[in-house]
Amino acid sequence: MALIEIRNLAKAFGTVKAVDGVTLDIGSGEFITLLGPSGSGKTTVLRMIAGFEDPDAGSISLDGEDITHLPPFDRDVNTVFQDYALFPHMTIQENVEYGLRTRKVPKVERAKQALEAIASVKLEHTADRLPHQLSGGQRQRIALARALVLRPRVLLLDEPLGALDRQLREEMQIELKKIQRDAGITFIFVTHDQEEAMRMSDRIVVFNEGRVEQVGTPQDVYNKPATRFVAGFLGAANILSGEDAKKAFGKLKTVSIRPERMRLQPGNSKISSDESSVSAVVQEAAFVGANTVYIVETEFGFRLNVSKTNTELLVQDKSFAAGDRVLVVWHNSQAAEIPA
Amino acid sequence: MTQMTQVVAKKQSKPISSYLLRRTKVRLLSILAPPMTWIVGVYIVSLFLLLITAFWNVDPFTSLVSPGFNLENFKMVLTVPAYIATSIRTLLIALAVTAICIFFAVPLGIYMAKIAKPWVRNLLAVAITLPLWAGYLVKIIAMRLVFTEEGFFNWAMAPFGIRGPGFSIPIVILTLTYLWFPYMALPVYTAIRQIPPNLFDASSDMGAKGFTTIYRVVFPLITPAVIAGSVFTFSLSLGDYLAARFTGGATQMIGSIIAQNINLNPPVAAAYSMIPIFFIVIYLMVARRTGSLERM
Repeated sequence: MALIEIRNLAKAFGTVKAVDGVTLDIGSGEFITLLGPSGSGKTTVLRMIAGFEDPDAGSISLDGEDITHLPPFDRDVNTVFQDYALFPHMTIQENVEYGLRTRKVPKVERAKQALEAIASVKLEHTADRLPHQLSGGQRQRIALARALVLRPRVLLLDEPLGALDRQLREEMQIELKKIQRDAGITFIFVTHDQEEAMRMSDRIVVFNEGRVEQVGTPQDVYNKPATRFVAGFLGAANILSGEDAKKAFGKLKTVSIRPERMRLQPGNSKISSDESSVSAVVQEAAFVGANTVYIVETEFGFRLNVSKTNTELLVQDKSFAAGDRVLVVWHNSQAAEIPA
Repeated sequence: MTQMTQVVAKKQSKPISSYLLRRTKVRLLSILAPPMTWIVGVYIVSLFLLLITAFWNVDPFTSLVSPGFNLENFKMVLTVPAYIATSIRTLLIALAVTAICIFFAVPLGIYMAKIAKPWVRNLLAVAITLPLWAGYLVKIIAMRLVFTEEGFFNWAMAPFGIRGPGFSIPIVILTLTYLWFPYMALPVYTAIRQIPPNLFDASSDMGAKGFTTIYRVVFPLITPAVIAGSVFTFSLSLGDYLAARFTGGATQMIGSIIAQNINLNPPVAAAYSMIPIFFIVIYLMVARRTGSLERM
């Protein structure tokens, strides 16, 4: 049995359907990410699991117990907030002790646990400071310590890394993942950053317009997108449908193919039998560091993005420039058919 | 063409601006001159003159004020039982008004800032500020009409067998609360609105119920606003005398006595007016000790 079972969850704000029939099972000890653009309903689902929003319809159960309409203070889940939500008038230690205090943990015991939690995020020296004296990254870790000290069954994280700069963010991604593995707590993580989602998650739930588009491992959602939206939202994709797909792939389906799964060859070269190709003219070649990105116009009139990893120093005669006649080649297995 | 005129405009020399740019002290002085003239020239000097007058005395035969230095006036206001009683009565009235204002303002502020729909919130904000548009005397007279012997209160409560207390200290407290409530309600409401909604979520997420959140999170965060509001309600109540005069019956406040003496014995009035100033200084010192003034 799944630890959290969400059934047909719905919530509207005024006339806007923020969440429109979401069903989802979350296993114990899983790191699951709710991924989607802003306004897709992922945060609202998280807030309903936390108890901050009351669902209009549907149910949420935690370990078999129906918690759909329980207030936040009666749920065994804790939240790390987007802007950390540390109490500005309390010291770091008082912040971390807050939840223990409402649970009437004796003073000595709660100080001990709080200091341990602060030490576990390596910020012992900040215990007596006020939140505004800490940097964004430090506050983020205190927010994490404050939630973890309560040893919840489930930890909810609402875009916790959104305000951090890139480098700090990548450090925190690794640290979060490690904490989750060590503590064995179920993490439900909300983000709009697809790379972050793929880097950290056991499974990803892709949201769009209040609905779940696809649930799966990072490989699943990236390699076998269930919908056009998923294909476009996770990474770059060439999505072809209708006549264009028929000309390129010989079938009237919607097909997605990643730029890095295609390669360019000189216009008159040969391909192997399990590959397909379409001839094209290079419109633009842009060097972006790790990759070179080509935009080509095919003989059928549609455009494709093709990306080449720069594994060696570019040798002039091996690369292509605007105006070159080329063959766009891909392995047949790389063209993912989108069912919906 | 426009470019041409811009260039010309740029070239115009601005001697005053360029002079001030480098001379920060002159600049500061020219900005501060008008308010400093007001504060020092009018405010401080008149207060100082008041203090000096308090040491003068009135010739008992001619009733003329004669300059000098004696502590008789202070001795009188600090030792004569009637003066002491009036001081204490005024202090307690001002404290009661402040306490009642806080008691009403905090739940109202929480409701307005966090629960009410926008239109209700706007309606309440207008309702709170509306009395400020009416004249001060008008409001006192309104309260007088409500609580007079044949007034609205007694008429409305007659079926329940309840009669108002008549003009007395409770009605003075009620009137002063009515007069100064906006000065408490507005800063408290603003402060509660400024508390990030996430803090409420975080508090309940960590197991706190409503009252715990109000006690541990809301109160500490709005203390500066409560202190700011209470400086108004407390000091305005201490200095008031018209509310007591029109709705207090025989109730005397410090202001009433000063008003009576202002022509008969200005030095006594001056000495007595030091009492509310003294109370307010004590009040501000206590507030300062709580650390709330730094965050104001």
